[in-house]
Amino acid sequence: MSSLLLYAIGFTQLCILLAMLFCTIRLLLGPSAQDRILALDTLWMCAMLQALMMGMRFSNGVYFELALLIALTGFVSSIALAKFLMRGEIIE
Amino acid sequence: MTNAIDALPLWLSGLVAIFLVCGGLIVLIGGLGLLRLPNFYQRIHAPAIAITFGAGSILIASMLYFSALEARPVIHELLITVFIFITAPITSMLIMRAAVYRELQEGKVNYVKQGRQSSHAEE
Repeated sequence: MSSLLLYAIGFTQLCILLAMLFCTIRLLLGPSAQDRILALDTLWMCAMLQALMMGMRFSNGVYFELALLIALTGFVSSIALAKFLMRGEIIE
Repeated sequence: MTNAIDALPLWLSGLVAIFLVCGGLIVLIGGLGLLRLPNFYQRIHAPAIAITFGAGSILIASMLYFSALEARPVIHELLITVFIFITAPITSMLIMRAAVYRELQEGKVNYVKQGRQSSHAEE
């Protein structure tokens, strides 16, 4: 039963890693700036999920705080980038 | 760490594995949609499914797993869930507004013309 859960965790981590790879490709070749910001936002989300999966793999509660911090920082950075795209400056 | 995972009953680890595989596949579908869809306004839909369903099932799996591991209800993953469900629409709305503003400023999209010609314009 332990191997079942370990295989499931490994499969999920592989899926999230592939999604991160797709986001990186979109980030590099996105035709416009808003595509790149959308890809970066999704990359933050995938990094948060990857941190949660590391916490499950090592049965460690510390990774939860890491995931929460990544979610917070990703939200703030996405908002700042969208505001910059809209106005040309962040703090007016 | 192996001993802790071994202590779980079979039905619970199966349930956690089902949630994990569902979440991973949905996140993968979201990433693939972000890569493959042709237009920006179609592309912005793809991460939404990864954020809501994918992150939701992975967080449910994490909650079940840690609750079983520590033999007490561990629900602090709900904090991430609530935070994501509040902030994801705000982020995507702001990015979409910025995109519409930029395209209007570049003159790519004209509201009046597109509204009139929408019957025989294919895009």
